[in-house]
Amino acid sequence: MTAPRQADPGYNFAYLDEGTKRMIRRAILKAVAIPGYQVPFASREMPMPYGWGTGGVQVTAAILGRADVLKVIDQGSDDTTNAVSIRAFFARTAGVAVTTRTADATVIQTRHRIPEAPLHAGQVLVYQVPIPEPLRFLEPRETETRQLHALAEYGLMHVKLYEDIARHGHIATTYAYPVEVAGRYVMDPSPTPKFDNPKMDDCPALQLFGAGREKRIYAVPPHTRVRSLDFEDHPFRVQRFARPCALCGAGDVYLDEVLLDDAGGRMFVCSDTDHCEGRRQAAGDAR
Amino acid sequence: MGAGSGSIALARGFADPVHDAQGIFRAVMEALARPGTVQPLPVALAPPAPLTPALAGIALALADPDAPLWLDAALAGDPAVAAFLRFHTGAAVVDDPAAAAFALVADPAACPDLAAFAQGTPAYPDRSTTLVLAVERVSAAGAPGPGGCALRLDGPGIRGTARLAAAPLPRDFAARLAHNRARFPQGVDLLLAGPGSVAGLPRSTRAAPADPAPPEG
Repeated sequence: MTAPRQADPGYNFAYLDEGTKRMIRRAILKAVAIPGYQVPFASREMPMPYGWGTGGVQVTAAILGRADVLKVIDQGSDDTTNAVSIRAFFARTAGVAVTTRTADATVIQTRHRIPEAPLHAGQVLVYQVPIPEPLRFLEPRETETRQLHALAEYGLMHVKLYEDIARHGHIATTYAYPVEVAGRYVMDPSPTPKFDNPKMDDCPALQLFGAGREKRIYAVPPHTRVRSLDFEDHPFRVQRFARPCALCGAGDVYLDEVLLDDAGGRMFVCSDTDHCEGRRQAAGDAR
Repeated sequence: MGAGSGSIALARGFADPVHDAQGIFRAVMEALARPGTVQPLPVALAPPAPLTPALAGIALALADPDAPLWLDAALAGDPAVAAFLRFHTGAAVVDDPAAAAFALVADPAACPDLAAFAQGTPAYPDRSTTLVLAVERVSAAGAPGPGGCALRLDGPGIRGTARLAAAPLPRDFAARLAHNRARFPQGVDLLLAGPGSVAGLPRSTRAAPADPAPPEG
């Protein structure tokens, strides 16, 4: 963990101005009160391009306080460009402590993964979301999708999953797998692998979702029912991997494929770098 | 504080606007995310009575020219309250409860019907009022005391069921919350702001009257 330091005095705390923070905070409060519903908000230009996490960064900036410990992951990894840049951004503009350890963090901003280690109460998981509307690729008109959510009319989504079965023999959606939140709204969990969907259900941490380009914020409160859509005869199933992680040997985690050479060499390793390092360290200590 | 005189001495706002507002927001967010818990509310304000420090802190943290305030009869009775809030937040103080983003209620026993406030629309349920009720006592365990209510809660944010007791509250508070819940996803959200603490009752919470004694388990 890197201790808190002096924030760059050229910026307001955590970059955003106070008026913007209040607007985002009001949207977050409504999002928490209506689980799974997408609250429109006046997304700002951020000093990074759309698609790099502008929604997540704005949510993080609005909730962050001096006592927070921030962790940022990109596809599970603490050390990829996106994660390093956003961590450095908040270390500079807010002076907050940053960490790569899941258990030590109070705020975790994530792009497309949920950490393998169980989250605990008092943590906030902030997702970066590209397309918040789960029905968007089925119905391009915002006016129509908004009406479908108002009527809780989600037949389209079930037809889409059924067509998967008709074509492939199983539900072929593997990421951004739609979920129903607290028995009401169908929600896009952001492009996390469906492997992570069960972690959203009854999670002790608060989950916040920010979509910067699409200007939407939504939330799943702690201990809320999050059900992956499925059919009685085709129940929801997560991915299984044939082999364990090549580095730490974990068999119950999501794996990334890493190419080793140009002769077809490859290995499968934990996508969650902190989890993998922790396991290898523990194994080393035990020896 | 002299109201109606030529010059009004205004009470101070936040000593540290950035971090005071953040601390209050996080307490309110945790309160709404975990109904049935009571969150410490760090406020060091001395607003004109009957505006309580907790009401003032939440208003200063969240209201601004984009988020109008509505004041109950007790607060509207003293112009110093509106003057304090207008100066420190820039928010409009509106007469129509359905036009308010936040409703500040200093006398919760006399709180108007929840349906009088903005309920949102089926397409935009977020366009609804958040009520902030000033209570004298609020706790997750224990008895509500005279004039209060004990509630049994379940819903999003609650593991199993939770209990919340606060006073003063309207006698039929649980029934009002049940009507509000029946309008879900429309409806209002409520904050119970006691001295130095806040509890949340979002519209997603199902509330029923609880027995006076804490239930077993």
